[in-house]
Amino acid sequence: MAAPAKRVEQLDRVVIRFAGDSGDGMQLTGDRFTSETAQLGNDISTLPNFPAEIRAPAGTLPGVSSFQVHFADYDILTPGDAPNVLVAMNPAALKANLADLPAGADIIVNTDEFTRRNLAKVGYAESPLEDGSLAEYAVHPVALTSLTLGALAESGVSKKDGERAKNMFALGLLSWMYSRPFESTLRFLERKFAKRPDLVAANKTAFQAGWNYGETTEAFSVRYEIKPAKMQPGTYRNITGNQALALGLVAAAVRSRLPLFLGAYPITPASDILHELSKHKRFGVTTMQAEDEIAAIGAALGAAYGGALGVTTTSGPGVALKGETISLAIALELPLVIVDVQRAGPSTGMPTKTEQADLNMALFGRHGEAPLAVIAPKSPSDCFHAALEAARIALTYRTPVILLSDNYVANGSEPWLLPSVDELPDLRVEFATAPNTEDGRFLPYLRDPETMARPWAVPGTPGLEHRIGGLEKADKTGDISYDPANHEFMVRTRQARIEAIPVPDVDVEDPDENAQVLVLGWGSTYGPIGAACRALRQRGLTIAQAHLRHLSPLPANLGEVLAGYEKVVVPEMNLGQLAAVIRARYLVDAVPFNQISGLPFTAATLESMLEDVVKNG
Amino acid sequence: MAETIALKLTAKDFKSDQEVRWCPGCGDYAILAAVQQFMPELAIPRENIVFVSGIGCSSRFPYYMNTYGMHSIHGRAPAIATGLSASRPDLSVWVVTGDGDALSIGGNHLIHALRRNVNLKILLFNNRIYGLTKGQYSPTSEIGKITKSTPAGSADSPFNPLSLALGAEATFVARTIDSDRKHLQSVLRAAAEHEGSAFVEIYQNCNIFNDGAFDLIKDPATRDEHLIRLEQGQPITVGKYNVVHPEGSFGLKVQEGGTPIVHDATVQDPAYAFALTRLSGSDLNTTPIGVFRNVRRPSYDEIVRKQVLDAKTQATGSPEEMLDGLLNAGDTWTIL
Repeated sequence: MAAPAKRVEQLDRVVIRFAGDSGDGMQLTGDRFTSETAQLGNDISTLPNFPAEIRAPAGTLPGVSSFQVHFADYDILTPGDAPNVLVAMNPAALKANLADLPAGADIIVNTDEFTRRNLAKVGYAESPLEDGSLAEYAVHPVALTSLTLGALAESGVSKKDGERAKNMFALGLLSWMYSRPFESTLRFLERKFAKRPDLVAANKTAFQAGWNYGETTEAFSVRYEIKPAKMQPGTYRNITGNQALALGLVAAAVRSRLPLFLGAYPITPASDILHELSKHKRFGVTTMQAEDEIAAIGAALGAAYGGALGVTTTSGPGVALKGETISLAIALELPLVIVDVQRAGPSTGMPTKTEQADLNMALFGRHGEAPLAVIAPKSPSDCFHAALEAARIALTYRTPVILLSDNYVANGSEPWLLPSVDELPDLRVEFATAPNTEDGRFLPYLRDPETMARPWAVPGTPGLEHRIGGLEKADKTGDISYDPANHEFMVRTRQARIEAIPVPDVDVEDPDENAQVLVLGWGSTYGPIGAACRALRQRGLTIAQAHLRHLSPLPANLGEVLAGYEKVVVPEMNLGQLAAVIRARYLVDAVPFNQISGLPFTAATLESMLEDVVKNG
Repeated sequence: MAETIALKLTAKDFKSDQEVRWCPGCGDYAILAAVQQFMPELAIPRENIVFVSGIGCSSRFPYYMNTYGMHSIHGRAPAIATGLSASRPDLSVWVVTGDGDALSIGGNHLIHALRRNVNLKILLFNNRIYGLTKGQYSPTSEIGKITKSTPAGSADSPFNPLSLALGAEATFVARTIDSDRKHLQSVLRAAAEHEGSAFVEIYQNCNIFNDGAFDLIKDPATRDEHLIRLEQGQPITVGKYNVVHPEGSFGLKVQEGGTPIVHDATVQDPAYAFALTRLSGSDLNTTPIGVFRNVRRPSYDEIVRKQVLDAKTQATGSPEEMLDGLLNAGDTWTIL
């Protein structure tokens, strides 16, 4: 592929959205573009958006699948609010995404799909390419399908396989436009179609044809460059939240020297964690696809009782079903990690859309007084560290821990500075091996004075045979007890031991050191809140940002932090669940700001809201 | 095993320090005593034995066994035991459950444990009533049964637990009776020797809410006419009747004369064991006890363990080195 002969413009950031029918391979196209971009050293943030239907009728609005990638020569926090470029593989993709485009955005459309029939499917009476309705955009009509088929005329692949390669033509064209290195894509094609050399060749040809089309046709006069971002030195890979979470769990198994047992029932958007972990048996990982959500956590708890790192992964509906077993784990005081990749509820809700509305359930959604630890990752790569932290708390303090991820971080991706394995926390545990009283008895509920954890005495340990269960236990002995004073003591002890778990203080980012307004978030809203705060500061406004990773127990300094600001704003993708906790616990007049559309906050939405608070109080 | 026999455990070693709190006269006492007396035979150290139960009268059982034990949640014992057994092949894991626990609230876990053939010994104490909640009908109560929750008679048809287990692909299916210690222990012995799920239904008398439910097959005056003792390699008969397979019929029949079929629990086709289970209904008129089915199929535990072991065998490097490789897999780039 020859050197570009066209005008080259420098940009600092670009947001591209690839959109097409769910069968058009848009996720893969976006993923490859992201990988090329990562190789170049730009900072990246991505967000896929796919329909719940596996294959909605072709060419319809419900069948539109898209992938957005934001890349820049500086560090970025979100996948971008509005695309600068839309690649629309059919009329449905255009119609579904047009409202998100700012005036002046580039639109690359596959004209071959703008047939009367396809236009009618989405309610276009006239082709928007011809009726002047796209006048405010820079439209680049490209006959993607026929150009791809033309390039493959001599290749010998079927028409169907040829048409399928049109996404590689589109990728080639975009790769040319944004001067992306393409070697990783060619290698990827060789791996993906290793058993079909004809398809390797066809897809490479399509990619090259797309690249050459950009270079030779007059339709594209400018080529862009985005210089590498200044990023911390080290080795990076691009990673999604679900992948990072799975790797974090493997790392926890390695660092604890424990076998990992995952019990899971397939559920969107958590299933990818099960898929990923099932590949890592060599680390002593056992994955069990259970008959239901209850069995999934039951098996994980059974494995934990036997001395494994027990984990169950699910989404909100699954956590609801697991509630009784979580309470049992609380009563048994055994380590257990429960991952909730939140999605829009209630009920089945919108399984492929994001929400943070399971916080109340995580904190309070069980019968009886049933406290546990809750943590939430703030970004895709942070899921790795959050998984390790969840395992650390569970193992050290012998408690179930709920990890609240969500669809936004689970499926979004960003560059991840790979940690050095040696620097990961040491999670080794000590099992009980001997009686723990002077008279040689073993008391299963005699606590460690420092961690308040009871001994983890696993079956197979001679001399420590004991019985545990869901009935209230007498302090120390663990025998069944209906004694009123004992119950009160045990309830208060279970609460106290969770509250006593030491968690790091919350950091406040207040570069001007005189902010009056604090914006407090948790979990996946970190990116858009951070981007909004930066934008405000660039415009000379002052604002402080604090972000919670630990939601139970809350950081010890949180009350003091909150008291230091005149106004505390809490943006959440729910109806104000953290805000209610903050108000109840600290008597702070926290102002909730809520969006429950199934979509993440845009930085612009938060910027405008926060600007109003900063200026008008 | 030779060294474990030197343990010289006795029934007393399996008694915990907890006071047994079933109602006086409950059939559970007899089962507990039989199990405690049988346990030393296993020649397994106490610490390697775990009893897991759900909720219900029977589920108090683990508290009375001086082994490891967990009294868990209603219906969930098979799921919890599956995780334990699959991750700890060195343990002998027993599930104690009841007709409500196993067949009503926990039905799903029971059938899936059986189809997976998890290496569990499942003892279902069937008293055909809810005892702990004080007398409601259960999924094995006979249709029309009058209880606190069914004053006009139950409208539900009962499960035949053994038919259900066979439908769930169980590899070992047996039935015994609380009051027949010798028979109970012989069934426990066969169950313990079985690799994979062993499902044992134990008819158990609830003398408070369903007293005498099994008298027909317990009372010396009537039992010989109604109780069919299945013995491997022996013709199946009851009183003066034979159990035969009439030509052209799908099932078995109890009749005078004809050639009694010879019992073979190792028949692969579950249709035979299923036909045996259909001899008994709610009326207990012709009720087989003994081992109905005992066939070999790889256990879930074995398969899962082998996958992990194979993967570990093929791997090279320390866990930390492997983890480093895993983190650095795929397309990486380095910034200097």
